[in-house]
Amino acid sequence: MASLGGRWLRRLIVVGYLWLLVLWPTWYVAKNTLVGGFGAFWDLLRLPEVTSALEVTARVSVIAVAINVVFGVWLSVVLVRYRFPGRRVLSALIDLPLSVSPVVVGLALMLVYSPAYGWFGKPLSSAGVQIVFATPGMVLATCFVTLPLVIREVVPVLEELGEDQEQAARSLGAGTWQTFRRITVPGIRWALVYGLVLSLARALGEFGAVKVVSSRIAGKSMTATTLVEARSQFAPHEAYALSFLLAFAGVVCLVIVALLRSLGEKS
Amino acid sequence: MSRRRLDRGAGLGLGAAMIWFSLLVLIPLAAIVVKAAGGGLATFGHVLTESETRDALLLTVKMSVLVTVVNVVLGTLIAWELVRDRPRRVGGAAGVGEWLWGKVRVVVDLVIDIPFALPTIVAGLVLLSLYGPHSPLGLHWAPTTQKAILVAIAFVTLPFVVRTVQPVLEELDTDVEDAAASLGAARFTVLRRIVLPAVLPAIFAGASLSFARGLSEYGSLVLLSSNSPHRTETVSVRLFAFIEQSNTESAAALATVLLVVALLAILVLDVVQRRVARHG
Repeated sequence: MASLGGRWLRRLIVVGYLWLLVLWPTWYVAKNTLVGGFGAFWDLLRLPEVTSALEVTARVSVIAVAINVVFGVWLSVVLVRYRFPGRRVLSALIDLPLSVSPVVVGLALMLVYSPAYGWFGKPLSSAGVQIVFATPGMVLATCFVTLPLVIREVVPVLEELGEDQEQAARSLGAGTWQTFRRITVPGIRWALVYGLVLSLARALGEFGAVKVVSSRIAGKSMTATTLVEARSQFAPHEAYALSFLLAFAGVVCLVIVALLRSLGEKS
Repeated sequence: MSRRRLDRGAGLGLGAAMIWFSLLVLIPLAAIVVKAAGGGLATFGHVLTESETRDALLLTVKMSVLVTVVNVVLGTLIAWELVRDRPRRVGGAAGVGEWLWGKVRVVVDLVIDIPFALPTIVAGLVLLSLYGPHSPLGLHWAPTTQKAILVAIAFVTLPFVVRTVQPVLEELDTDVEDAAASLGAARFTVLRRIVLPAVLPAIFAGASLSFARGLSEYGSLVLLSSNSPHRTETVSVRLFAFIEQSNTESAAALATVLLVVALLAILVLDVVQRRVARHG
């Protein structure tokens, strides 16, 4: 058995490392943000450019998450229930956004949708459709980076559920759509909720990819994260207030998922 | 489990999903490779040997390797403490120390996920407060030293090894360890011969994710690092500069290198998961 001293040394290393790397800095920023009281914090969030950035972030995130939920479920069902050539490659590519740089994602979208040099961007731009430097580009970037989050939650649940119930429904005369709506969706309901909340957290905080494809005009097309960068030097209080709000939203999302999961395990 | 071939309704579904997936992921990634290949090998050679880009690549690889080593050691230790170091009770009652550890353990488990919850730009701002010019610790690492880059990458990659090793340790049956110990194996021998082989694939998977994430980090470095050429500029920052200058050929060449590394990390993950699934 390990000695008493060794045990406490290990505990001390773990706690010390996490304290210095995560807890102390996070706590320090929270304290600095709220040092002027909640009233001052609230006033900062009501500045027009801050409100506008929050609106842009909310709009882009909600659209991206909605698209992701629909296509995420679709792609998951296809991956689990059907055999077709290229299935493994598709499955591997879906994980790619987890490890690729957000700047690479931004560049990839620029090369296709940029009005100046994009494959589709040039013809689309002469037809009057703008993707990059507008909301659709930011939505695409956000969809790209959050793509795996729904699918990685739903796929294992679909595999676990198996096909018995779906086959039973079909043999009783239910169509593909009816089976999907009445049997499949209720089965993956919770996985879908986890994926949705995790996507939302990631979407609210996306920075690199969105920065590349947005025009970053304060008060118009700046997202909350890009405004944090823009204000960090000359208006640090605004940057801190926005950061606090974003961090708070992220933590709330994770806590929701953790609570739902522990509830799910109990029942 | 049986898998069906495609019928017509499902075929349409697959088609729509694939069109979206192509527009979002496949065509844009292909555009990078095509653009990079368009310049020929000469552009690759030119971009990667140009001294500023080369230094950025070398620095980022060095920092990511260092942090990954730290993550392998400390991440595994954290996972171990979370799973195996339950507060001990002597004669039915726990001492104050053990009671306290019981509470701290719960907090530790929550803290591990904070880097996933914070946007990267916020992570940069947060770390700047403790390791920047106004550091209460007197550690003025950011924004001019390479230590600041280490801290940023360590922060954003903290959860990977912990969260891949933790479930494997939880599944691991302690019977085998007890048997080995009862047959006279020393504590260290049990760890080396029984526990380590079981968790090694998970450590490896976590390490590859951590390395890939470290190499691609951008957001937290924007505020935490001065990003000065040859000294504190990382690959993603260099790539962003290429895009801003509309130097798409150089950007595509550098992005292709990053893409290949990201794909390799996923490949490693896939192979490890398959092996674990087969042996488990």
